[in-house]
Amino acid sequence: MAYRTPLYDAHVAAGARLVNFAGWEMPINYGSQIEEHDHVRNDAGMFDVSHMTVVDIQGLEAREFLSRLLANDVAKLQTPGTALYSCMLNDSGGVLDDLIVYFFAEDWFRLVVNAATRDKGLAWLERQGAGFSIAVTEHHEMAIIAVQGPLAREKVVSLVPAGEAQALAELKPFNVHIAGELCVACTGYTGEDGFEIMLQGLHAEAFWNRLLGAGVAPCGLGARDTLRLEAGMNLYGQDMDEDVSPLVCGLAWTVAMKDDRDFIGRNALEKQKQEGVPQKLVGLVLEDRGVLRPGQKVVTSSGEGVTTSGGFSPTLQKAIALARVPARAGDSCEVEIRGKYLKARIVKPPFVRNGKVCEGIL
Amino acid sequence: MSEIPAELLYRESHEWVRDEGNGVVVVGISDHAQAALGDMVYVELPEPGMSYEQGEPCAVVESVKAASDAYAPVSGEIIENNSALEDSPELVNNDPYGDGWLFMVQMSKPEELDGLLSAEAYAELQDE
Repeated sequence: MAYRTPLYDAHVAAGARLVNFAGWEMPINYGSQIEEHDHVRNDAGMFDVSHMTVVDIQGLEAREFLSRLLANDVAKLQTPGTALYSCMLNDSGGVLDDLIVYFFAEDWFRLVVNAATRDKGLAWLERQGAGFSIAVTEHHEMAIIAVQGPLAREKVVSLVPAGEAQALAELKPFNVHIAGELCVACTGYTGEDGFEIMLQGLHAEAFWNRLLGAGVAPCGLGARDTLRLEAGMNLYGQDMDEDVSPLVCGLAWTVAMKDDRDFIGRNALEKQKQEGVPQKLVGLVLEDRGVLRPGQKVVTSSGEGVTTSGGFSPTLQKAIALARVPARAGDSCEVEIRGKYLKARIVKPPFVRNGKVCEGIL
Repeated sequence: MSEIPAELLYRESHEWVRDEGNGVVVVGISDHAQAALGDMVYVELPEPGMSYEQGEPCAVVESVKAASDAYAPVSGEIIENNSALEDSPELVNNDPYGDGWLFMVQMSKPEELDGLLSAEAYAELQDE
């Protein structure tokens, strides 16, 4: 029996096509995935992401623990109500999970981690946290609704009490504001403006319905995947995993190693840097007709690589992919699709930001 | 509930067949199949002149979700394919039994039609 989020009934009522995702019964679409995708690029859409795991880290040594646990540096979080994207690495420098860490108070941080890695991640937190004065609390009861798109902000603002409206209207990226029962973060996975809103599960359906009333369209995991791919954002388990270092999957910018902070995986990354990082994550735009999919062979003049995510981009009207290729690969390659070698251009992600195709992509 | 026109024949792998007479049939995929696959983004069609045995994969329909094979519902030679799908693969979603057809076959074994499913039998298959 798969898990259901507090919004399950709302999805069924909206005609969702449901699939099993990491043990959860989740909407893949509510009709047309491409329409949902376009709605987020042009207006506002919402996603139930309550399957993701909310974990609070509380206690005197919360900051010290996270400074050891995470590859990005929580020292960057000095103002309560700010957040940071980071990888959590194993000792060999592989990515155990990617997450967002929120800073609420010196003794209270929050992590939102992937559903697919929940068990492994929680076990790792318990093990690594054993020597620290902290408490790790998972919040099963919370729901998360991501509201994304150029009109997402004004539509959410229209639904909150007047006293909270200005704070949300002005909320900056990677800032978080607690507005009554809503914990509103200016984060997302689409490349558009918008919020990710955490709230108690029992309030979730009522708030979802108010968003529907404000003209926010329900969108499924299918559109979420094509939106994040266009935005050049990695998907855990596809673009990186335990055997992949953040340095080869385009996440070097999230690793803070300028000072001598001793975080888990640092030694392995230092060694990899010394020996030379063998691969890089790039974007591909298919020039020939066809569709890029994960796991296709990529041939460059400097050797072979592989697509890690791929699909049809509704905004570009072309097939695009993220691919791990030799570090010295140039600006073109061929991709093997059903025995044929099709031409693709190598580009620097993202493909799309704020509704517009990025420079150099087309 | 998906649409299953009574006048067509079907295969378990979700292709439909319309008998045009003179041993020629038109082939597409069913409404049920297009809905399950989701928005189409690319269709790879067999070239006229190619011959296939019944049950052989001969076309690929790619949706936002995945690439799926379509099979030759009868043996024979491809005499035409629906070139409109090259620029408008969404025709398969919008009109699976009309403008979204895939290809036409000159049958080499017309008796194979007798082994295909009626609309009623195909509908029962979906209810299971």
